[in-house]
Amino acid sequence: MLRMSQLSKAYRTEVVETFALRDFSIHVREGEFVAVTGPSGSGKTTFLSIAGLLEEFSGGEYQLDGVNVRGLNDNQRSRLRNEKIGFIFQAFNLIADLNVQDNIDVPLRYRGFDGAERRRRIAESLGRVGLSARGRHYPAELSGGQQQRVAIARALAGSPRLLLADEPTGNLDSQMARGVLDLLEELHRDGATIVMVTHDPELAVRAQREVHIVDGQVVDLAPQPRLVSSAAAHL
Amino acid sequence: MFTYYFSLALRSLRRNVVLTALMIAAIGVGIGASMTTLTVFRAMAGDPIPNKSRQLFAVQIDNWGPRQGVVIGDKDNLQEQISYPDAIGLMNARAAQRQSAMYATGFSLIPPNPELRPFVVHARAAYADFFPMFEVPFRYGGSWTAADDAGHADVVVIGRELNDKVFGGANSVGKTMNLDGHDYRVVGVLDRWQPTPKFYDLNNNKYGKSEEAFIPFTRAVEQQLGSWGNNNCGGDTIPAPGWEGRLHSECIWIQFWAELPAPADAARYRTFLNNYAAEQRRLGRFHWAPNTRIRNAREWLAYRQAVSTEVRILVLVSFSFLLVCLLNAMGLMLAKIMGRAVDIGVRRALGASRRAIFSQCLIEAGVVGFAGGLLGLGLTLLGLSGLRSLLSDDVNRLTHFSAIDVAIAITVSVVATTLAGLYPTWRAVQVQPAWQLKAQ
Repeated sequence: MLRMSQLSKAYRTEVVETFALRDFSIHVREGEFVAVTGPSGSGKTTFLSIAGLLEEFSGGEYQLDGVNVRGLNDNQRSRLRNEKIGFIFQAFNLIADLNVQDNIDVPLRYRGFDGAERRRRIAESLGRVGLSARGRHYPAELSGGQQQRVAIARALAGSPRLLLADEPTGNLDSQMARGVLDLLEELHRDGATIVMVTHDPELAVRAQREVHIVDGQVVDLAPQPRLVSSAAAHL
Repeated sequence: MFTYYFSLALRSLRRNVVLTALMIAAIGVGIGASMTTLTVFRAMAGDPIPNKSRQLFAVQIDNWGPRQGVVIGDKDNLQEQISYPDAIGLMNARAAQRQSAMYATGFSLIPPNPELRPFVVHARAAYADFFPMFEVPFRYGGSWTAADDAGHADVVVIGRELNDKVFGGANSVGKTMNLDGHDYRVVGVLDRWQPTPKFYDLNNNKYGKSEEAFIPFTRAVEQQLGSWGNNNCGGDTIPAPGWEGRLHSECIWIQFWAELPAPADAARYRTFLNNYAAEQRRLGRFHWAPNTRIRNAREWLAYRQAVSTEVRILVLVSFSFLLVCLLNAMGLMLAKIMGRAVDIGVRRALGASRRAIFSQCLIEAGVVGFAGGLLGLGLTLLGLSGLRSLLSDDVNRLTHFSAIDVAIAITVSVVATTLAGLYPTWRAVQVQPAWQLKAQ
């Protein structure tokens, strides 16, 4: 699903070149739930941005669902991002002056679905996150947990092949965080491929596999025991 | 996607009402100022007879010569009007398809209705060709004939307003009208006709109303109806006393127009005119090489500077003001768009291409431009009504605001604001979604 080989990302100024990622290689298979961990500044978010085609990389290769990303123009990258990737952000990143339905509608508009198809997908994704009754609410009228659920519904609406989550529970209290994680696990059980960036080892342990990044390089690809549910984790 | 972007633009404008109002106000004020002056400019600079402006030619003959040393505003030492001897010479030659000598005159009209008091009527003495040559529209009747010209007939064509005033708007063809104590038979009533500028006689109230009565040139001369327009005599051109003295003088007071449909006709007429001047030299009237010129209506308006330099400068200043307003609006747009950088980043993450963001922002700029255009229209009407109160009735038609002017105002506003929105839009497209989302 996602394969990066010898990938590097350098930020250059006139006097210094800093590598956020160096010789970075990772392979995420279809249906996997991978947690990417590491200390602050290790390159986790840069990895996620490149994986989500939000940022260019300096060297190496990146294949997303069999498509070599290098050399794609902005239109091709945008279309690929729209069709294959769903984003879940730490800060939810809902658009404040759009209601819940319209927020979920955004990626569907760019996909070019007709009105009936968009309405069907919005209703389905809202139902999946348990917010069918909140379609006309604005983000400010929802709790943090509900906002993150809307963001997940938005990410799911386009039926992406890959969900990229950046600290999805970072702005939530523990109860809300648990609910969001339960939802991600449920999506994974339903076959979704999820890559979740987190600095929280307790969250990482709930993923199928953990990838640890230090100084822009993968240092550990140790397999983790798969936890089927949050309840099981507490046993 | 246009309707989607349009609805997003409306939402965005509602989000920050004060900023939106400031942008619209900046554009509206600029459009109002520029459209007010542009409306006046267009009225002044318009083509008064678009179908034939390249076929109608004003005729100039230098009958004073270089020794005269009197140059009336022209660099080419050519007078803007011609003398009576030349007018008659050209009319008799009949070298053009149609031609007419003409001059501004007038008289007192004694209405048939005793309840109306006599009043002054501005008139024009011309030949029968005047009407078809200038495509003058008739409500009733028509022009007099060439035979009427030859016979110095007591006939008159009157304007619509005069017909309304004297005959209550009825068909007055065949009725008589007492002008300066002489009865004239009405042969035609004009429909609305107001070439602006009044190109056929720019010496006399060039933005004023057209004359309300037209009589044969020959009859006017016979009646010794003096010129109510511009007369130039000086130096050797001082006429002998009396009407006959004026007719035989080199004073210039007559306009002369010829209709020359094809370029070949114009070339032939130029040759004719030079031959005519050469003939006058042989006859001992002119003592210099032929100096003649014909200019079509457009060239004539440019040559005579129908639009004054002051008006051109005013238009330039007002459009500079519009530019300043647009720069202000651009700054506000930039602030508004940069305030939405995170939203733009989110949209990019959700699949919007740079082109999609570009379209969205540009349509938003267009919507602001449209709203600014509507406000500008209101301010333009206000500005024009202010001008109207300053101008005389004769020239306040320059402030007429037509449907075309409305379209121009809206188009200028939308296009200018969209162009002003290019930079903020470009900045929006440059938003790095990853950085914006990281910053959150």
